[in-house]
Amino acid sequence: MESTAANFKENALGALGDARLRDALDKLSGGFPENRRKAAERLPEFEALRDQARDIKHHVLENLDHYLEAFEARVVEAGGTVHWCRTAAEARTTILRLCKQAGAKTVTKSKSMIGEEIAINEHLEHHGVEPVETDLGEYIIQLRREPPSHIIAPAIHLSKEQIADTFREKHRDLLADRPLEEPRALLEEARGILREKFVAADVGLTGANMLIAETGSTVLVTNEGNADLTYSLPRVHIVLASLEKIVPTLEDATTILRVLARSATGQEMSVYNTFCTGPKRPGDLDGPEEFHVVLLDNGRTDMLGGEFHDMLRCIRCGACLNHCPIYKSVGGHAYGWVYSGPMGAVLIPNLIGMENAHDLPNASTLCGKCEEVCPVRIPLPRMLRAWRKRQFEAQNTSKAARAGLRFWAFFAGQPWLYRIFANLAVGALHKLSRGRGRFRRMAFLGGWTTLRDLPAPAGKTFISQWHGKKPSESGHE
Amino acid sequence: MSEKPATLPTHVGLFATCLVDLTRPQVGFASAKLLQDAGCQVSVPKAQTCCGQPAYNAGDNADARAIATKTIKAFENFDYVVVPSGSCAGMLKHHYPGLFGDDPDMAARARSLAAKTHELTAFLVDVLKVEVTGVAFDGTVTYHDSCSALREMGVKRQPRRLLAGVGGLSLKEAKESETCCGFGGLFCVKYPEISGRMVDAKVDDIVDTGAGTLLSGDLGCLMNMAGRLHRRGIATEVRHIAEVLAGMADGPAIGAAEKKTD
Amino acid sequence: MSNARGEILGAIRTALKRPEAYGAENISVQQRIQAHRANLIPARGRLGTKARVDLFIREAEQVQATVARVSAPAGVPREVARFLAKNNLPMRLKTVLETSGKVIPWSEQTLLSVEEGRADGSEEVCVSQAFAGVAESGTLVMLSGADSPTTLNFLPPTHIVVLGVADIAGDYEEIWDRLRREKTTEAGRFMPRTVNWITGPSRSADIEQTLLLGAHGPLRLHIVIVDGDA
Repeated sequence: MESTAANFKENALGALGDARLRDALDKLSGGFPENRRKAAERLPEFEALRDQARDIKHHVLENLDHYLEAFEARVVEAGGTVHWCRTAAEARTTILRLCKQAGAKTVTKSKSMIGEEIAINEHLEHHGVEPVETDLGEYIIQLRREPPSHIIAPAIHLSKEQIADTFREKHRDLLADRPLEEPRALLEEARGILREKFVAADVGLTGANMLIAETGSTVLVTNEGNADLTYSLPRVHIVLASLEKIVPTLEDATTILRVLARSATGQEMSVYNTFCTGPKRPGDLDGPEEFHVVLLDNGRTDMLGGEFHDMLRCIRCGACLNHCPIYKSVGGHAYGWVYSGPMGAVLIPNLIGMENAHDLPNASTLCGKCEEVCPVRIPLPRMLRAWRKRQFEAQNTSKAARAGLRFWAFFAGQPWLYRIFANLAVGALHKLSRGRGRFRRMAFLGGWTTLRDLPAPAGKTFISQWHGKKPSESGHE
Repeated sequence: MSEKPATLPTHVGLFATCLVDLTRPQVGFASAKLLQDAGCQVSVPKAQTCCGQPAYNAGDNADARAIATKTIKAFENFDYVVVPSGSCAGMLKHHYPGLFGDDPDMAARARSLAAKTHELTAFLVDVLKVEVTGVAFDGTVTYHDSCSALREMGVKRQPRRLLAGVGGLSLKEAKESETCCGFGGLFCVKYPEISGRMVDAKVDDIVDTGAGTLLSGDLGCLMNMAGRLHRRGIATEVRHIAEVLAGMADGPAIGAAEKKTD
Repeated sequence: MSNARGEILGAIRTALKRPEAYGAENISVQQRIQAHRANLIPARGRLGTKARVDLFIREAEQVQATVARVSAPAGVPREVARFLAKNNLPMRLKTVLETSGKVIPWSEQTLLSVEEGRADGSEEVCVSQAFAGVAESGTLVMLSGADSPTTLNFLPPTHIVVLGVADIAGDYEEIWDRLRREKTTEAGRFMPRTVNWITGPSRSADIEQTLLLGAHGPLRLHIVIVDGDA
């Protein structure tokens, strides 16, 4: 998809002015984080499981080549095929070719962030294959031609009225007098439409939450059951997954599943965890005849071994979004591309280039909540700083900000000069405040004083007062 | 101290932080008093300025490193370095060592400084085992956990423990006491509208507690929240926790007028 | 695209500063896979039989499944008929008669019209037999196979699952061990085409975060635990 990450500031301003979005985001605050807290409390081993999940992913990344080869061998033994793709374009070409080979007119899809990343829907459409998103939220935003605003709740930004309007506009056979006020009615409407699509589809395209090297299995996690209808009904099942999704064994996958749903929605387990291994077996009454895994790099190997290596541990649970005060202020679309929240702010510059996503690593207070809740303990604030460092080194930081910083750093590096100027400045500011204790406006600090008063300095610096009072202390150094 | 005690008193270097130094000296005096009352000898090196965090968080590691070098040299000879800010303490403790990747000598000195750096309330409770500071404060307060104090310095129960020992004070916890106030250093001037939304949510949460006074251990957050409270015309007083613990909460609150008008 | 595989593996090895393809790491990776050691297993499911079954029921009900117990396979048809009647559902169902040698004597319940085969989406009710249950989270484990089509589990609005009490394990790890023990073929493989863990009926919260059951999969999940076949 087209990125608007470069316009983060404008996107964010628009989002802040959107009252409906605000309602949706307020609801988020009371939902997922609270449920996660309860789920974590209920499982005494939760923190230890997070450590293990982190260690498993870490170990895999250190041995990624071996695990990928093992995975491929098992897929082939089970009768499937692995397609290695370096770029989004290669993956798109591969998937289209498989669809054409299957004579596919319709492809059902279960939500895949990698699918969004490579914009597979647009590509299929362009070549005469109809892609149908089947995750309810993803279906809604597909109709609206919007990107997801949350990695596990793609339509979280929409109200039920907006969804009803969308259905009325896009569902041609929808009777005008059919009531669509309630969420249940909207669900039934979508379910009915999608049922026909599921049955008619020639190819089912799913993502994968994990790939298991031990068995060549792909793991799918959903609550709706849409993924299960996506792979079990059509003749061909294509799994689209990026390299870092691999885990060694079923036991390792199990450990990660124990932290995934709890971190994401606060469920003990998602409703459907599905392990697919190869095509249907002789005698099986259902299941696909072909099983393809499209294994995508798209920038992962560039992250491997570098500053953003740990980001490859991410299991896409969305906890960092759900807990991020920035995400909760501006929502997912402000980030301007497929991912959002802290994980997006780290990942997006890696995938579409730092110069196209300049604001993302900066639009954070580095409050650390994301790292606190990350099930695989990714040091997200550290990586946001790493981007800022790169930007500063590449002179991408704004001239004014650089000048301000250099000015400050110069004084901070010369304590005696700093003292003189500090005393002058706070003395002057104190006078200027005329005893009111604060300013309503301040030159160069418009960003602060548009919304806040600025507390005024007390008149003399602490250090000069301290040493004025206690000259004996001044000599210590 | 006229008689030399058998053991030398703990010698603490007080890193006041630039915000305290420039805008609210009484936090420095309150911190020093708390440390002295607990038996420490307190020094305030003149060579201190800023911890370098604005540069560090802007990706300017070279300047951050230059400032860190000065700070390390000014403070490395004390038994402890105590900081009335979780954020600046976190900078010294967790980020200084990483700035000297190619200089093993300075890296070692940074690590040694880090090992003896503490946030004020955590130092009082965990190291000095202070339980009561022997003061009173008549009123209901709420406490904001600053992000760095909470997540980098492990400060959560210590300030509450000390507040529990203040006569007449009752603590009313806010629902979102652990949520960021939107200050974020340069963040609040670079992204004022997002920061504004965050501090508004914070202000609402504070008002919900009904507390008359908002306390925290980080002046940056306090100035942000005080600034927004005032702009919205809310009368909640805002103070650094050290002022209350040291019994020095009688002057004007943060951002409040110096003399009360009739 | 033919060299994509080589290039990707090469890029990984370069990034990991480990140019040779088959070193000691590869052997240790193979050993780690073969050992498939369990990681930390939460204590929650480690209970005696009765407490384990109770936990399974509690957890399943917690996620909006309903549970009934019958003393023998012969009791299943009666329980199914009772459940359908109570919920005003048609007395018609799709199932397979025998899964893993376990037969349910449907013909004894003449009220029920039973059709055999995979589901095609026209069914109101499907019945399938679980390979196992997991007490830890009230999860059902379903295997695909010639005698257990996957579609029965997902297409109908009402899904009824028959589960032997002896097949209720404490945790998922026991299920993997059992699969390896019971299902490994001569070729050394044990995974069926599909293993489904099912924890409660289908749901979505995609519309204004309102929890709705029956998104695409079943709206009702009824579990019939058979005590007698232990």
